Amino acid sequence: MTTTRRHALLLGAALSVSLFATACGTSGDTGSGTAAATRSASADDLQAALNAGGSITVWAWEPTLKKVVADFQTKYPKVKVNLVNAGTGNDQYTALQNAVKAGSGLPDVAQIEYYALPQFALGKAVTDLTAFGADKLDGTFTPGPWNSVHSGSGIYGLPMDSGPMALFYNKDVFDKHKIEVPKTWEEYIAAAKKLHEADPKAYIANDVGDAGFTTSMIWQAGGKPYKVDGTKVGVDFGDAGTQKYTAAWQQLVSGKLVAPIASWSDAWYKGLGDGTIATLVIGAWMPANLETGVKAGAGKWRVAPMPQWESGGKATSENGGSSLAIPEGAANKQLAYAFLKFANVDEGVRTRVDGGAFPATTAQLNSPEFKDKKFPYFGDQQVNQVLAESASQVVSGWSYLPYQVYANSVFNDTVGKAYISGTTLQDGLKAWQDASVKYGQEQGFTMQ
Amino acid sequence: MTATTSSATATAREPRAPRRGARGRAAAGPLVIRRRPRRNRRSVTLTVLTTVMLVYTLLPLAWLVINATKTQEGLFRSFGLWFDGDFALFDNIAGTFTYGGGIFTRWLLNTLLYVVVGAGGATLLATIAGYGLAKFDFPGKKAVFAVVIGAVAVPGTALAVPTFLMFSNMSLTNTPWAIIIPSLISPFGLYLMWTFASDAVPDEILESARVDGAREFQTFFRISLPLLAPGIVTVLLFTVVATWNNYFLPLIMLKDPDWYPLTLGLNSWNAQATTAGGEVIFNLVITGSLLTIVPLIAAFLLLQRYWQSGLAAGSVKG
Repeated sequence: MTTTRRHALLLGAALSVSLFATACGTSGDTGSGTAAATRSASADDLQAALNAGGSITVWAWEPTLKKVVADFQTKYPKVKVNLVNAGTGNDQYTALQNAVKAGSGLPDVAQIEYYALPQFALGKAVTDLTAFGADKLDGTFTPGPWNSVHSGSGIYGLPMDSGPMALFYNKDVFDKHKIEVPKTWEEYIAAAKKLHEADPKAYIANDVGDAGFTTSMIWQAGGKPYKVDGTKVGVDFGDAGTQKYTAAWQQLVSGKLVAPIASWSDAWYKGLGDGTIATLVIGAWMPANLETGVKAGAGKWRVAPMPQWESGGKATSENGGSSLAIPEGAANKQLAYAFLKFANVDEGVRTRVDGGAFPATTAQLNSPEFKDKKFPYFGDQQVNQVLAESASQVVSGWSYLPYQVYANSVFNDTVGKAYISGTTLQDGLKAWQDASVKYGQEQGFTMQ
Repeated sequence: MTATTSSATATAREPRAPRRGARGRAAAGPLVIRRRPRRNRRSVTLTVLTTVMLVYTLLPLAWLVINATKTQEGLFRSFGLWFDGDFALFDNIAGTFTYGGGIFTRWLLNTLLYVVVGAGGATLLATIAGYGLAKFDFPGKKAVFAVVIGAVAVPGTALAVPTFLMFSNMSLTNTPWAIIIPSLISPFGLYLMWTFASDAVPDEILESARVDGAREFQTFFRISLPLLAPGIVTVLLFTVVATWNNYFLPLIMLKDPDWYPLTLGLNSWNAQATTAGGEVIFNLVITGSLLTIVPLIAAFLLLQRYWQSGLAAGSVKG
């Protein structure tokens, strides 16, 4: 109860501040009343909001934000940031949607993964940040994540981290069986066979069906199964890129060359440590997870570029990563945006990188300090060289469905079958496509 | 005058009598004599079945105890049902209580709060209402019965989202009230107390108390309540277990980790393993789970006697 009242007061305060600010700065602008006040939020407005102070609630699970929040409060002592871990991924989206429906209990800032953002953007559950000048940040972020926060003409979040993909591999295992690190997917499949023959307990990778991984693989292969234009949506897993992926990956699944272990499970962490899972094709945020979760693998792991579809190719895709967005009903949007900027564009980025996060900002990615950092866990390899290069090679033109959270939730019912029965991946993807189209129609999208 | 005093002392002593009486009957009644030969005929099938059930129920518990003694790395390098080289139980316990600024203690206290107020309140309400329905006649009693039976059939999970929307309108989400108020309602407990009270409290006692001039509340607290003790403990155990293990309701209602009960808190620790950059603390999740069930086990062992007699009371009279 007290929170709501406090928020209401703050909203009043913020509104009056922004009104005042525009009133002062109307010399060159014939801004008209309240509409203009909320539309144009310049840097001055943000500064004014910060000086006025207040309190905002941030829903996020990203661990490095703790330090960012502390720094932010030190820099702007009048601002109180209430950082809440309201659940990871889906749990939090459910909570967010509940709060939107209830019309109360909304946070001012929410962490939303790139794949889920279109859903919130289209439902107008999150604020278009162009009103705060987010459109002027062109070039600040790498193309992959920057493209991911766009929906139509709006920008619905600021990229917090990114996950350009790379090949993480256990060098000990490769050395022991004298296997070359694969540069193409063809070599990767050959390596998978050789490794599993040499040691029946060892697998090149684990996979029991993971929507995020599959879509990222199709993305890299040049597939564009999702066509989204406002509420017009097309789903087609029959394109050449998708088929390139299924043809290759089917060999691994049919040949039982991938370990039947789900990612992020305890068995997965175990396999990564004891060498039974020899590689991970995964986003660039993985080093921090290996360092804390797979201590037994210290010194054994290395990073190489993502295997290519054509020898000498330079194509990658994004895997995971999140943005920070401002819910439409947030009480203190100015202050929320000021926090977004601090955390994702300004000082906060550095803090988060030091904490092990992988940035989405070009400035950080290109800084020598970042690129030259040696990782003892990876045998002093400068892994960011590989990862930053991957960030610049992300295939453009990918988009997720405006209801990808739902689609991913039925991935295992459809494509997942290919991993346990005689169905092929391509058939599984067709079933996934049908389920996605059906849901889209039910939700009122124009399906093409 | 003398008659009234003697009957008053009789009723005053009455509370402890029936329990003693019940046990006495079970120990010396003809039932036992008939049962004795059956006890000697041991059934191999039954013994095997019971042993299988015993192992089945104890195995997860054994796993929990064994793995709570392992470090994070130890969990991965050792066999699941045996100990690892280093014994880290005490480090794990210390770690559980200190990790994240000692938030585990906070979750433990939250759970205790929800259990004491929520389950305690639910038991109190169920006892009063069940007694009232069993011992008093009033118009609409059948309707109340229908509503209670209907409410027993509706799973709490189905009501969680509507409750959330309602509480959200009242600005009660993200407060302890959001957990405590729904926990106060236990249709099953009410029904159990109702059937229990109609059998355990003879109408004659109430009548004689009324004749002696006792007020209704006096009768309830001084005469009926002690008679109802086994039933109350049974309902208390049910509601304590339900509240202690409550997961879905807090998941929907609470967003602030400071108000999390243990169930949600442990889940959030577990979820760290699935987060980019999250710290993997399976060892603390396991140790935390073990610590979480210790109070429940203690409650069961201590209240076992009442629990059993309570269950039996329901089954005999059915």
